[in-house]
Amino acid sequence: MVSGLINENPTVYERKERRVRTDSTNTDEFSVEPIDQLEIFDILFFDFAIVNIHHIRDIRDPEHPYSLEQLKVLTEDSVEVDDLKSYVRVTFTPTVEHCSMATIIGLSVRVKLMRSLPPRYKIDIRVAPGSHATEAALNKQLNDKERVAAALENPNLVEMVDECLSPSFE
Amino acid sequence: MAALNNLTEHLEAFVDVTRSPTHHAESLKAIATSLEKSVLSINQLVVEMDMYLTTTDDVVRARGILLLAEMLDYLKSKPLDNAVVNSLVGFFTAKLAEWRSVRGALSGCLALIKRKGVAGLVTATDAEAVAKSMAQSVQVQSLALYDRKLCFELLECLLEQYPEAMINLGDLMVYATCEAIDGEKDPPCLMVAFHVVELLARLFPSPSGPVASEASDLFEFISCYFPLHYTHTKGDEASIPREDLSRGLSLAISSTPFFEPYAIPLLLEKLSSSLPVAKVDSLKCLKDCAVNYGVNRMKKHYEGIWSAIKDALYASTGTDLSFGLESLTSPGFEMNEIHREAVNLLQRLVKQDISFLGLVADDIRVKMIFDTISRYSRYEEMLDTSKLEVLVVSQILSVSARASVESCNTIFETFFVRLMNTLGIVESTSTGDLVHNENSTVSTRLYHGGLHLCIELLTASKDLIPSSEEDSSTPGCAQQSWCSIVNKFSASLIEAFTSAVQSSNDDCTADAYLGVKGLLAMGMFRGGSSPVSRSEYEKILTTLTSIIAANSAKTVKWELALKALVCMGSFIDQYHESEKAMSYMGIVVENLVSLVRSSHCSLPHPMILEATSEVCSTSPTYVEKMVQGFEEAFCSSFSDFCVNGNFKSIENCSQLLECVTNKLLPRVTEIDGLEKSLVSFAISMWNQIESSVVFSYAFNGREFVEAAMKTMRQIVGVASVNSQNSIIQKAYNVISLSTLPAMESIPLTFAALEGLQHDLSTRDELILSLFASVIIGASPMASIPDVKSLIKLFMVSSLKGYIPAAQALGSMVNKLGVGSGGTNTSSDCSLEEACDIIFHESFESGNTNSSDVTSKTICGSETLLAKICLGFYGSLDLQTRAITGLAWIGKGLLMRGDKRVNEIALVLVECLKSTNSSGNALHPTAMKHAADAFLTLMSDSEACLNRKLHAVIRPLYKQRFFSITVPILESLIVNSQTPLSRTMLHVALAHVISNVPVTVILDNTKKLLPVILEGLSVLSVDSVHKEILFSLLLVLSGTLTDIKGRQSVSDNAHRIIECLVKLASYSHLMVVRETAIQCLATLLELPHRRIYPFRREVLQAVTKALDDPKRRVREEAIKCRQAWTSISSRSTPF
Repeated sequence: MVSGLINENPTVYERKERRVRTDSTNTDEFSVEPIDQLEIFDILFFDFAIVNIHHIRDIRDPEHPYSLEQLKVLTEDSVEVDDLKSYVRVTFTPTVEHCSMATIIGLSVRVKLMRSLPPRYKIDIRVAPGSHATEAALNKQLNDKERVAAALENPNLVEMVDECLSPSFE
Repeated sequence: MAALNNLTEHLEAFVDVTRSPTHHAESLKAIATSLEKSVLSINQLVVEMDMYLTTTDDVVRARGILLLAEMLDYLKSKPLDNAVVNSLVGFFTAKLAEWRSVRGALSGCLALIKRKGVAGLVTATDAEAVAKSMAQSVQVQSLALYDRKLCFELLECLLEQYPEAMINLGDLMVYATCEAIDGEKDPPCLMVAFHVVELLARLFPSPSGPVASEASDLFEFISCYFPLHYTHTKGDEASIPREDLSRGLSLAISSTPFFEPYAIPLLLEKLSSSLPVAKVDSLKCLKDCAVNYGVNRMKKHYEGIWSAIKDALYASTGTDLSFGLESLTSPGFEMNEIHREAVNLLQRLVKQDISFLGLVADDIRVKMIFDTISRYSRYEEMLDTSKLEVLVVSQILSVSARASVESCNTIFETFFVRLMNTLGIVESTSTGDLVHNENSTVSTRLYHGGLHLCIELLTASKDLIPSSEEDSSTPGCAQQSWCSIVNKFSASLIEAFTSAVQSSNDDCTADAYLGVKGLLAMGMFRGGSSPVSRSEYEKILTTLTSIIAANSAKTVKWELALKALVCMGSFIDQYHESEKAMSYMGIVVENLVSLVRSSHCSLPHPMILEATSEVCSTSPTYVEKMVQGFEEAFCSSFSDFCVNGNFKSIENCSQLLECVTNKLLPRVTEIDGLEKSLVSFAISMWNQIESSVVFSYAFNGREFVEAAMKTMRQIVGVASVNSQNSIIQKAYNVISLSTLPAMESIPLTFAALEGLQHDLSTRDELILSLFASVIIGASPMASIPDVKSLIKLFMVSSLKGYIPAAQALGSMVNKLGVGSGGTNTSSDCSLEEACDIIFHESFESGNTNSSDVTSKTICGSETLLAKICLGFYGSLDLQTRAITGLAWIGKGLLMRGDKRVNEIALVLVECLKSTNSSGNALHPTAMKHAADAFLTLMSDSEACLNRKLHAVIRPLYKQRFFSITVPILESLIVNSQTPLSRTMLHVALAHVISNVPVTVILDNTKKLLPVILEGLSVLSVDSVHKEILFSLLLVLSGTLTDIKGRQSVSDNAHRIIECLVKLASYSHLMVVRETAIQCLATLLELPHRRIYPFRREVLQAVTKALDDPKRRVREEAIKCRQAWTSISSRSTPF
C-alpha cells in the first residue's frame, strides 16, 4: 500500500440539489413504479452511501472525508437504466488518472447494485472514457464475472468493500 | 456527654483524608445538626477542635480549618455572639496567609462576610482587614479552580456588603482585582470576576479615583476575553452558557465611562472581523456602552460606529424580498442575529442623541437611494446591488424613524417629501415650491423600490402613536410634523397604492403585494388623531373589499387583500377603536355578509364563505352579524331549492354548513356569544324545515343531509344544557307534526316490521336524520320528551336501515338515567325501561314456529331483536340491519359499562357460527355484518358516542370487552366447522385485537401471538380483508419491537417468519408488504441462534421483493436484505 495520499488535494464540488420525486402521492394501489435513474442513484447514496475513499485505505485518516458524490466521481447523469430490458450501466470518473482506488470503487458499486437490484438485471460498470490510465483493463476487470467472483472470495477485499458500503452518518 | 464523645468521632472522621467523601459529608452533617439544635455551642466546638486547628500536621490542620468554615456556612442564619464572630474573623484572616489551609480560610471568611440580617456581623474594620490580608497574601492564580472561585466570591461579597470599607482601601482593591483576574480561564470564575469589575466601577465613579487612574490596566485584563470563545465546547458548557458569560463581559466593559477610550476602538476593530460571533458580541456590547458611557463620550466615535453599522447591515441583508402572504405583517426578508443587533444599536443611538441622525441623513449612500429608486420600476428588474441598496436604506431610515418622535419628524421632513416627489405624487413647480399633484393617478409612476421605502416609513411611524390617547401629558401626534406630512399626502398615497393593486395582474405579484401592504400600513394608524381621516380610512376598506368581491378566482391578490382586512379587523379589536369599528362593520362586514346572502354573485360560494368567516371572526360583534347572515342565506337557499328545485342553492347550503362546522365551531370557546348565535342558527334550520312542507325535488346525493347532520350534531354538542333543551324541544315539535309519528305506532312485531315496505319521503328522512343528530349530540343532562315513543321510532327506522337512527339509539341507551343523582332523571324513562322496549317488548306472534327449537341457554337470544339477528324471521336485509343496529346499541351500553352488552356480544358471536344453536345456517352477508359489528363496538367513532358529544365513557371499557370476548372467539375458532365461519371469527377477533390499547396485547403476547399469526394467514386469502389484515399486522409489529413480547416472539420465531415471508408478497396492499419487510428487519434483534436457520428463506423472499412494483417496498427490501446478509457468513456477499 502506498503511504501518501493518492490525490492530496482533490477538488470538492458543491452537492447538487437532489431531484425530488413529484409523484409521491401516487395512490393507485396497482400501478407500477419502474426502477429509474434516480432510484439507482439513491441506492448508491441514500442510506448506504459509498463514503470516503480514503477511509477505505486508512480508517484513522480523516483527511478527506468527502463522499463520491462531492468529488463528482459519480453523478446522477452517469447512471443509465432500462427497467424493461433489465439493464443498468454506471459510468464513474476517478479523480486522477492513475487512481488505484478505481478498482475498489468499481467493485463496491457493483456489489451494492448486485445486492440492491433484482437478479434479472445485467449490471455494467465503466470508467468514463479518458479518465483513467488503464481504462480498457479496468473495464474488462470490472465486468468479468469470473474475476469479480474471485475477488469477492478474497476476505480482505470483501471486508474493504463492506467498509466502503457501511452507512454514513452525515 | 455522649454528644461530645460522638463529636470526637465525627471530627476524626472528617479530618481523616483517607475516608470516602460520603463519610465526610455524614460527619459534617452530624456536627451541623447538633450545632443547629444548640446541643453544642460554637465556642465548645472551637475548644474541642483546638488540637486540630493548631497542630503542626499541615493536612490535619487544613482539614480542621475547613471543618470550622463549613460549620459557619451551615450557621449562616443562626445568631452568634459578636465577640465570637470577631475572633473567628481574626483567625481566618490570619490563616489566609498560610497557603496550605487557604481553602478553609477562604470559605470561613466568605461564610462570615455573607452573614446578613442576623446577630453577629463582621465589622467594617474586620472586613477591611480581610480584604487587606487577601490582597497581600493570597496568590489567586496559583490556586486550584475551586479556591479561585472562592477568592472571586469573597471579593464580590466584600464589595457588595462593605462598600465604605472598600473605598477606604482604594487602590489596593483595584490592584488586587487586576492581579486576580490576570490569566483566569474558567467560565465560573470569570463570571464572578466580571461582576467584581462592575462593582468596582460602581464604587469609584470619580474621575480622580483609583478606577479612573487604573482604567487602562483593568481594561486590558478584561478586554483580552473579548470576543468570548469556548475552546472546550462539550463538557463545561453545562456550567455557564456562553451567552451568560458574554453578557457579563459586556456589562463589565460598559461598566464605567473611563473605559471608553480603549473600549470603542477595540469593539469597532472586532466588528470588522469575519467571525459572526465576534460581530454579534461587538454590536451588543456597543449598545451597552452607548447606554452607559453617555452621549458626550460617544460623540467622537459616531463616524466609526455609523460606518460599522452600515457595513454590518449591508453584509447581513439578503436581496430576496418576499412578496408572499406571510410577509404582509413582517419585514419581508430574513434577519439574522447580526442584522438584529445592528438595528438595535442604531435605534439606541438615534434615540439617545438626535445628532446621530445627521450622519444618517448626510450619508452619500442614503442620498443616492432616490436615483436608484427612479431608475427601475419593477423590483425584479433591479440589479442585486440596487436591491440591496433599497432594502438596507429603507431599513436604516425606518429604524431611525422608529427611535423617537423627533427622529421621525426629521426623517419625514428630509426624506418623505423627496420620496413623494420621486414617486410623482407631488411635483415641483418652477418657483421651487412643492405642489400637490392633483391628478396624481395619471402621473404616478410605480417604482417598487420607492413604494417599499414608503411603506417601511409609514409602518415605522405608526408605532410612534402613543398607545392611549387619554395620556394628555404628551402632545397628541397630530401636532407633530411627521403626522401633518403624512396627512397632507394621505389621499394621494392611498390613490397610489390603490392603483398599484388595481393595475396588477396575475403574473406580477409585487404590484399587488406592495399596494395591499401600503394600504394596510395606512389603515393601521391608531387613535382619533391619526393622520388618515375617516373618509380616507373608509376608502381603504372599500378598495380592499371590492378586490375581494370582484375576483372570481383565488388569486394572490385576493388572498393578500383578505389577510390585510383580517389584520385591520384584529387591530381594531385589539385597541378598541370604536369609530373605526363602525366603518369596518359598515363597509367590510355588511358587504361580505350581503354577498353571502345574495345568490347571484361572480365570486364562487366557498370563497365568499371563507372571506366572510375569516374577516368576521376578528371580533364577536361581527360574528353575531355573520351568523345572522348565514342564517338568512341558509333559509333563502333552502327554500329556493324546495320551491324552484335549484340544485345550485342546495349546494350552497351544504358549503355554508361545512363552513359553519369547519371554521366557526372549533372557535366556539374563543369567541363569546358565538354559542348563542349558533344555537339560534340551529333553531332556524328547524324552522326552515318545518315551514317548507313540500319538497318538490329529491336531493341528488347525500351531501346536504350529511353536512346538515354534522353541523347539527356539533352545534348541539357545544351548546349548554338549556340551549340543548330548546333545540330538542323545537326538533320534537317538528317531528311530531310530520308523518313520522305514524311509525311509532307500528308495533314491534315481526309481522309489522316485515310489512314496512315503503320508504320514507325525502323530507321525513331529513327530519329523522337531523333529529337523530340532535339526540346524538345531546348531553346526559338534557331532557328528552317522550323517550319511549322516540325509542320505538328509532327502533323501527333503524330496522328500516337508517344508520343515524341506530346511532341515536346507542347514544340514548348510553346517556339515559345518569341525570343528577339518578333519582331525578331528566326524562320520563329509565335505562331499564328503555332496554325493556328494545329487547323484551312483547310480541304476539313469531315464537310459535320456533319456540320448540329455541334453546334458553343464551340469555339474549329469546328477544325479538336477537331472533331477527339470528335470522329466525324475515329477509336477509332485515337481518343485517338488525345486526348493525344491535352493534350501535351495544356500543352505547359497552361504553357506560352496562352488563347487558355481554348478551349482545353473545348474540353477535352466535351470528358468526356457521350453524347457530338452533341449527339454522347463516347467510354469509349476515356473518360479515356481525363481524363488522365488532369494529363498531370497539373503534372510536367520529359520528357519535365520543367525548365531544358527551358520551358516558367508563374507563378501560375496551379492555373489559377484550377480556370477555377474546376467550370466546378463540375457543370458537378452534371448533369452527366451516372455513367461512372461521374467517369471519378471525375478522371479528382482529377487530377486537387491533382496537385495544397496545399494552393489553403486550401483557398477553404469549397467548395471543399464535392466534394473531393464524389470523394473518387466514385473512391474507381474500383481498376483501386487506384493511383489517393491515391493522392486525400493525399489532404484530408492535409486539415485535417491545421488550415485553420478546420472549414469546422468540419462541414463535419460525411461525412469525413464515407468516411474514408470505405477507412480503401480498399483492393487494402495498403497506402490508412494506410493513412485513420492516418486521422482518426488526426480527434481527432476536437472539442469533433463533433466526440464523431462517436466513435462506428470508433472503429469498426479500430478494423477490427487490423486484416489487412499488418503490417504497423496494427501498425497505434493500435495507432488510442488507441487514440479513450481514448475519450470514462473510463469504456470501450477495
